[in-house]
Amino acid sequence: MNRRDDRLTFERSVPGRRGLGVPAPGVPEQEPLPGELRRAAPPGLPELSQAEVVRYYVGLGRLNYSIETGMYPLGSCTMKYNPKANDEVAGLSGFAGAHPLQPDELSQGVLEALWELQEALKALTGMAEATLCPAAGAQGELTGMLMVRAWHRGRGEDERRRKVLVPDSAHGTNPATAAMCGYQVVAVPTDPAGNMDMDGLRAALGDDVAGLMLTLPNTLGLWEQHILEIADAVHGAGALLYGDGANFNAIAGHVRPGDLGFDAMHVNVHKTFSTPHGGGGPGAGPVCCAAALAPFLPDPHIERRDGRLVRVRPERSIGRVGPGPGSVGVLLRAAAYLRTLGLDGIREMSAAAVLNANYLRVRLAATYDQPYDRPCMHEAVFSARALRRQGVRALDVAKRLIDYGFHPPTMYFPLIVEEALMIEPTESETKESLDAFAKAMHAIADEAATEPELLHDAPHDAPVGRLDEALAARRPVLRWTPEQSVVPAG
Amino acid sequence: MQFPAELRYSREHEWVRVEDGAAVVGITDFAQDQLGDVVFVSLPAVGSKVAALEKMGEIESVKSVSELYSPVSGTVVEINQAAVDSPETINRDAYGEGWLLRVAMDGGLPDGLLSADEYRAVVGAE
Repeated sequence: MNRRDDRLTFERSVPGRRGLGVPAPGVPEQEPLPGELRRAAPPGLPELSQAEVVRYYVGLGRLNYSIETGMYPLGSCTMKYNPKANDEVAGLSGFAGAHPLQPDELSQGVLEALWELQEALKALTGMAEATLCPAAGAQGELTGMLMVRAWHRGRGEDERRRKVLVPDSAHGTNPATAAMCGYQVVAVPTDPAGNMDMDGLRAALGDDVAGLMLTLPNTLGLWEQHILEIADAVHGAGALLYGDGANFNAIAGHVRPGDLGFDAMHVNVHKTFSTPHGGGGPGAGPVCCAAALAPFLPDPHIERRDGRLVRVRPERSIGRVGPGPGSVGVLLRAAAYLRTLGLDGIREMSAAAVLNANYLRVRLAATYDQPYDRPCMHEAVFSARALRRQGVRALDVAKRLIDYGFHPPTMYFPLIVEEALMIEPTESETKESLDAFAKAMHAIADEAATEPELLHDAPHDAPVGRLDEALAARRPVLRWTPEQSVVPAG
Repeated sequence: MQFPAELRYSREHEWVRVEDGAAVVGITDFAQDQLGDVVFVSLPAVGSKVAALEKMGEIESVKSVSELYSPVSGTVVEINQAAVDSPETINRDAYGEGWLLRVAMDGGLPDGLLSADEYRAVVGAE
């Protein structure tokens, strides 16, 4: 590999060099801005040719790792491949050119596609209504919990019900959402089999509890074996059961959360239904709910009236959570994915995701500890604690995987698993790629025994070596100035 | 891993040493080892009240954010600014320079604090 040129655009700048020639204006020059509004000195912009700029960004782009370059087993994130047909559909001019403030009668096509998505999500979750408004999974959670709170308020119980329960294995967004809604968060312990501890749940429930937020399967990648009892206990206490849809890829098409007693849940379309992850957004986090919560849905809600689709404000709406009917470009990708697969395809999708995770669980069982020894759902959680005898930690295993060409798995989550490594292959991987990953994990365990320093210093073949995360967090350098330039020019 | 015999321990992984009638509090060697590199610590202000087994602050490592629980009840009389400014001190010397705060106790040490041997058993260290 050629030595990489790490210089920033500023460090490559040559005075007077230009990427584009700007033609002289064909109109008389206007009065210049008043003096106090004008810059004293020109802005410090880099000066480069067009080819140099293109090479710079293409060079940066080649440093990226994505699902399109290799396996991405980042547990709890469902990094599945996003079919290109989704992008084609979202880019159709009738969709891409629609304006959110266009009247309903001029928006029937795009509303039809969104309404169909609402219907599909209702069918898959077994719930009475759905909203597409929230602009991310976390905002979906907030929307759902605001609806839960509105429901209690409608019954005159909001003053009394000040607590929300979350399992001690929960995603951090759950307690954060409950706190954002003004609730006090109470953690429920996990039992030795990896289920919610039923005695702990019963002890925490009471007439001061508004709801339980639960991920199914749970964040240990395990089916919650007492889910029906949990739902009964929660409802028996007058509280609601909220579902975090983060792990829906394990059960979609096989189990409908509404049938199990969930009152509301959000769907992470970027996980389950192959819309793009990250990148700063926009995202989408539709929320599905039982009939009792439907009057509180956010504004606008898409409904069919007299054969036409309209956007309406539900009767006792919690209000707006964003500017329009949701992130349409993202939602259309989810709709395209659902239409491409159909119900049979969705069933096959989640079955393959569970099979792939269990294949890795069994293949890695001899080398990595499994804190809960039973079949998993869409992801397998391991503990690297046995490697600590060699002075090796989960972080070292994860960093070494980069050298083997894989994105590292999620580490140190769930918090209740020591030295956790959380592996979610998704249905996108073939048997060959799963085998290659397992082989790398075995090789790394061997290295931990024979050459642990190889792991401590990893990665060796990445654009940058082991970063000092502590220093980066303690003394972050957030702004580059010319004085900081360490790369010699030329 | 160290468990000095002269200290008392909480199940939440804090240690206490009584010194001139005040309680000096920190996190245990086991806790700092589990956390990994500590990057940030947030402590109660001098003069504020803390209560035994209640949340008194937060500690953040490259792995996670954890809550700090006070092992004693009383008034904070001093915090270790050096540990706040250079949190790596907590990893380097959890029982010495990495102490966190000094509390003028209401009464004595609360019941339920553990001896070194009892704490060692709780965390399952050999």
